[in-house]
Amino acid sequence: MAFEDQRTTVYKVDPEHPESKTLPTLRTEELLLNMGPQHPSTHGVLKVILELEGERLVKSTPVMGYLHRGVEKLAEDGTYHQFIPHTDRLDYVCAMYNNFAYCRAVEKLLDLKVPDRAEYLRTIVAEVQRIIGHQFWVSAQALDIGAMTVFFYCFRDREILLDWFDELCGARLTTSWYRIGGVERDLTPSLIEKLKAFLDYFPPKIDEYQVFLEKNRIWLGRTKGVAVISAEDAISFGLSGPTLRGSGVDYDLRKYEPYSAYPKCEFSVPVGKNGDTYDRYWIRMMELYESVKIIKQCLEQMEEGPIMADVPSVTLPPKQRVFTNLEAMIQQFKLFSEGFKAPPGEIYCGTEAHKGELGFHIVSTGGSKPYRLKIRAPSFIHMGAFDHMARGYMISDACTIFGTYDIVMGECDR
Amino acid sequence: MHQMAQRIQDEFPAGFVGATEWRGDVAVTVTRDALHSIAEFLRHEPGMDFDYIVHVSSVDWPDDEERFEVVWEFYSIRKRRRIRLKTRVPESDCIVDSLTDLWRGADFMEREVYDMMGIRFRNHPDLRRILMPDDYTEGYPLRKDFPLRGKGWRDTFEFLDEVPQ
Repeated sequence: MAFEDQRTTVYKVDPEHPESKTLPTLRTEELLLNMGPQHPSTHGVLKVILELEGERLVKSTPVMGYLHRGVEKLAEDGTYHQFIPHTDRLDYVCAMYNNFAYCRAVEKLLDLKVPDRAEYLRTIVAEVQRIIGHQFWVSAQALDIGAMTVFFYCFRDREILLDWFDELCGARLTTSWYRIGGVERDLTPSLIEKLKAFLDYFPPKIDEYQVFLEKNRIWLGRTKGVAVISAEDAISFGLSGPTLRGSGVDYDLRKYEPYSAYPKCEFSVPVGKNGDTYDRYWIRMMELYESVKIIKQCLEQMEEGPIMADVPSVTLPPKQRVFTNLEAMIQQFKLFSEGFKAPPGEIYCGTEAHKGELGFHIVSTGGSKPYRLKIRAPSFIHMGAFDHMARGYMISDACTIFGTYDIVMGECDR
Repeated sequence: MHQMAQRIQDEFPAGFVGATEWRGDVAVTVTRDALHSIAEFLRHEPGMDFDYIVHVSSVDWPDDEERFEVVWEFYSIRKRRRIRLKTRVPESDCIVDSLTDLWRGADFMEREVYDMMGIRFRNHPDLRRILMPDDYTEGYPLRKDFPLRGKGWRDTFEFLDEVPQ
């Protein structure tokens, strides 16, 4: 394959060449280059120390932690409910999925069953968030490579969904809409109508993004055969999400450990072959179609019902009742002041976010605060494979390689 | 006891400490000395085949004799199941075997545990701080005796009270 050469060929000076004899002082040495932390393509503040031979990367050392805010330490100081807004700030591009993953983990700890309608609502909003995440990825990746048009087209459509979020929960990015045991509020008829209109509007737009990129020689040259990782290595590094599926492993927790309303929906998991950036791009584009399919099925199947589990010791009462009913007000007050007591134990719960497996490992000693909360952040674990995947490529490929993970430093550094 | 835990107990009677199954999660506690061989068994034994490392975590129990607990979570993509491996480390001899030779992804995860909890990993290729700055001297932030506000390092930063005219 032509692309393999790119990785193995190292250009060296030929001492026999007549031109090299005219340059008696020519010498080669490795060059150390700092990329970041203020580089525009690093998706936040990330520094990578690159060891170069000419323009080829020999070794790269990521230096992280510029956005470290001690979220895991903060979790130990607040009640379970109080941590939900902190999860918004992990992967600030896709806050809904972080809320979802965290609430699922706490529900597993409490062994709490969420009502059917809430499960459908959660799935719908999670898939809307997945669409936003993939749109954001393709626009940022294309912008890094130099294709600016796609960026504007994606952001035009992303804006519709962010406005939809705004109407749903009052915030565009830091949403905090999921609650332990259900969701904060139901979809109004206006929201359902807008979502249905978007689902009709959106699929032709996905084709549009693809036309811009798949017929673009620069995009193909910068993504095909770049950042190749074999399935075996990808598994060993613990990669997940589209980054792992690009290498041909169909690891998707929505299928492997079905949760929420996913087992009731029919959808397929696109899997790549070559393990390069292009395959990961293709997977994300196909997942956009799958997300549209999932949302449509959920809207059809969803029936009326409660949106919050009725476990007064844990779940929040409906807002209307808080203002009219004394018991509900006491319940609300108690849950927000001292929280609920979780049974002692230890769980791990992973959720398939659009970047990969977002997991929460919670240790409880029976109190109202987590004793230890560890976040398995896909961006952080993907950065572990950066050196392996970048070796032999050019400096200009470095930014497309951490772009290919869909990295967000808020989640990486926590 | 879960059959996987039983299998580990049969193979490593000396290294096996205990096993629990709670909320569908299987957790096996092993001794520190047997950790690497049990991990190798989980990785390469065809009946186990845990090829995917999910995360490495650590828990601080300041009142216990063996203060720290290191937690590994593995997944088997072919068999679609999980297992959690735990081991305890005393504060005076805070070191465990690194599993980077079995799962390459363990590299960054173990560095994070070292950075946050101060547990060192034997045979780790590059054990340095990863999230905190290299010159950070206040210790290990996720230990329970570390105050939430920090230990005062930030108070030494110089700020300008007002913009000079």
